[in-house]
Amino acid sequence: MSAAIELKGICKNFGSVAANKNIDLSVGKGEILALLGENGSGKTTLMNMLSGIYMPDSGSIFMDGKEVKINSPESAGKLGIGMVHQHFKLVERFTALDNIRIGMGKEAGTIFKKDTTRKEVLDTAAKFGFNIDPDKYVYNMPVSEKQTLEILKVLCYGAKIIILDEPTAVLTVQEVERLFDVLRKMKSEGHSVVIITHKLNEVMDISDRVAVLRHGEYVGSVETKKTSEKELTELMVGRKIDLNITRPIVEKTHPLLEIRDLTVKNDEGAIAVDGMNFYIRGGEMLGVAGIAGSGQKELCEAIAGLRPIEKGQMIHEGESIVGMPPKKILEHGISMSFIPEDRLGMGLAPSLSITDNMILKNYNEAKGIFVDRKSARQEAQKTIDKLEIVTPSTETPVRRLSGGNVQKVLLGREIKAGPNVLITAYPVRGLDINSSYMIYDILNEQKKKGVGILFVGEDLDVMLALCDKIMVMCHGKLQGVVNSGHTTKEDIGLMMTGALNIVNKEGKTDGIAKDSAIEEKKEEGHV
Amino acid sequence: MINVITMFLFNIVVYNIALLYGTTGEIMIEKSGSLNLGVEGTMAIGAVCGYIAACRTNSLFVGVLVAFLTAGLTGLVFAFLTVTLQANQNVTGLTITTFGVAFYYFIGNGLSNSKGGWPKLNDTTLADQFRDVEIPLLSKIPILGKGLFSHNILVYLGIAIAVLMWAYFAKTMPGLKLRAIGENPGAADSAGINVTRMKYIHIIIGSGIMGIGGLYMGLNMGGTFEGSNCWINGYGWIAIALVIFANWNPAKALLGTLIFGFFNTLRVYNATIAYNFPNTLGWLNKIPAQFFSALPFIITLLVLIITSISKKNSSNEPASIGRNYYREDR
Repeated sequence: MSAAIELKGICKNFGSVAANKNIDLSVGKGEILALLGENGSGKTTLMNMLSGIYMPDSGSIFMDGKEVKINSPESAGKLGIGMVHQHFKLVERFTALDNIRIGMGKEAGTIFKKDTTRKEVLDTAAKFGFNIDPDKYVYNMPVSEKQTLEILKVLCYGAKIIILDEPTAVLTVQEVERLFDVLRKMKSEGHSVVIITHKLNEVMDISDRVAVLRHGEYVGSVETKKTSEKELTELMVGRKIDLNITRPIVEKTHPLLEIRDLTVKNDEGAIAVDGMNFYIRGGEMLGVAGIAGSGQKELCEAIAGLRPIEKGQMIHEGESIVGMPPKKILEHGISMSFIPEDRLGMGLAPSLSITDNMILKNYNEAKGIFVDRKSARQEAQKTIDKLEIVTPSTETPVRRLSGGNVQKVLLGREIKAGPNVLITAYPVRGLDINSSYMIYDILNEQKKKGVGILFVGEDLDVMLALCDKIMVMCHGKLQGVVNSGHTTKEDIGLMMTGALNIVNKEGKTDGIAKDSAIEEKKEEGHV
Repeated sequence: MINVITMFLFNIVVYNIALLYGTTGEIMIEKSGSLNLGVEGTMAIGAVCGYIAACRTNSLFVGVLVAFLTAGLTGLVFAFLTVTLQANQNVTGLTITTFGVAFYYFIGNGLSNSKGGWPKLNDTTLADQFRDVEIPLLSKIPILGKGLFSHNILVYLGIAIAVLMWAYFAKTMPGLKLRAIGENPGAADSAGINVTRMKYIHIIIGSGIMGIGGLYMGLNMGGTFEGSNCWINGYGWIAIALVIFANWNPAKALLGTLIFGFFNTLRVYNATIAYNFPNTLGWLNKIPAQFFSALPFIITLLVLIITSISKKNSSNEPASIGRNYYREDR
């Protein structure tokens, strides 16, 4: 197979940090190459050099045997390289057509818009089996549709080499299948595809060859047919690792937190959580599955007291927490750690040190008006040691830490407060295998202590292995609560899209505990 | 009585069209994702330079050109600082306002105290070039005609700029690309658009348009320089508020200018109106003059409050406004 693109001796430094060290990599024509590596191993940096976002410090790039210089996204586009970034590069307030049009060059018109673009876009869409409405505004599109548009855009620009940075992170199982069909079609058209993903089963499913990076260096590449998930993990991490997630069975206690008929609106005033019922017992981990934006964020915020609720009850150990300020709820023992897409946005102050972030939530426990940094520093050091946070010191600004360590700081602080209900949303978002497993261990340890955990997650495989029960949301509605031992990924996928609803089917009463504190009260009221 | 209405309409346009220049110029800059708070200073620089050039050459055209170029140069400074050097846009804009207004006084006072004195408008043929031009037919409409369709050439130019700019954003490819930059410069960049060049071009043109507005204010006041009162007199700030009122639409900026001009003109003519319509509007005379002086700014406040309440879904504010774009940012 001849190489479509070849990288030789690519180096890239950010300040004193070497992101890419002397990397040689080639992608064949009509090949799907999976690029694998832990967080911070330099995958995205390397691909950004192909798409013209960064310039390599040294090294050369060859296409069809000729050396090329890529110094802007424009020149990358001209060479036929297109990248679908992890954070979509779309203009929300434009239609699909206008989003494609702005990069079409002269064919779209120099002064006035030409409507021939529409035909071209529709032709390309038809060729690859995309279903897209060119006049739909991007802000009206669900994530999967935005991604389709991104891919279509790159294809319309005539890309022969297509790079996808973690494209499956935001998709449901069914949508991933559809994406892979498209990728296979591209391959049969002679396009080369580079796909970055953390999910090994997907690597095995879609790729022809796997290239592995570790700590900014190229480890090597293997043919997918001749390798296994276990071998890939070892290549990636550099040592043997146990891939099984453990689910300790802990004796469950009474329902700690009960949510009944909860309705919450989002920022735009639309219903985000619609009449949800559920409960968490002590020593239980309840997973929350759903397509991104199905109301998970609003649900978490409502429980933490950050968002007013429209109606419903929230009972924590027999006491209603509706209308309580966040601080009171925290004192009650409900702690929340929410990892947003940009990781640093919510929960931590990026420029403050680990110590300062640790005391953000209990600054008012100290006496007097001065901050007691000395004992805070000791506390921070304890957390650093316990959770194995990699940092130069307790005084390092949080934004300088790598993603996994940032998340550990956030979880560490929430656990330190000694909650009996822990709400955690996307705790392993964007983390590599190693860091993820460490987070799972932290959560399991809490569960063993009898803490009730609400785990809002993305990866169904992980949730099935880790959580005791999984509740599925679709458009803010409960689709059912399933026991992780007695369900399949496909069923949950169907529930996530709303195709399957098992609430109150077969005589079950989903989300309402048999020994509910709420019902007892009701009966008392009737008597 | 009819004359009063005509005169009132005439003044709404003639005293406030500079706002339209300021507003449309700022819209062009904001559409590129930059927030330039230097409108007041940019207008002041264009005003003083354009006016002197016009008086020296006896040519309104040269005056407009110089006003455009000097204000454009101010825009170039803003672009260099914020786009190339990534300086904070708010601070840079405020600096330009401070500098521009000070520059105006510096040149004005310097010239006034020099031997030749401050150049006068009335003695030259410039006044003739600035005379009112009647639009055929339309200007014959009773009452409205003389009020709305008989103005100097710069009034027509300002309106033409607003309409052309609207068409530029709505109908053309460069306009579409500019809007893409203002919304999401990363998306525009990855689509192969030269973000830096587009920002420079539009910041310079937008600033130049503001400069013509400044010159207009000077000419409209007869070109008299007072050592303690700048021609622009806060209009640059009002223009920034009008951008929000107009929802970043140059055509709506025209409407905003007229509404704002109405209240502004009421300030000057409340006594006249009260005298001419004693039965219906006589109460206007009882309101203290200070209230009318404060009215433009009260209206600005109200406009900001109303648009902020209603903007939730329909705002056209460019999403990346005020943030500098650096490609390698992570």
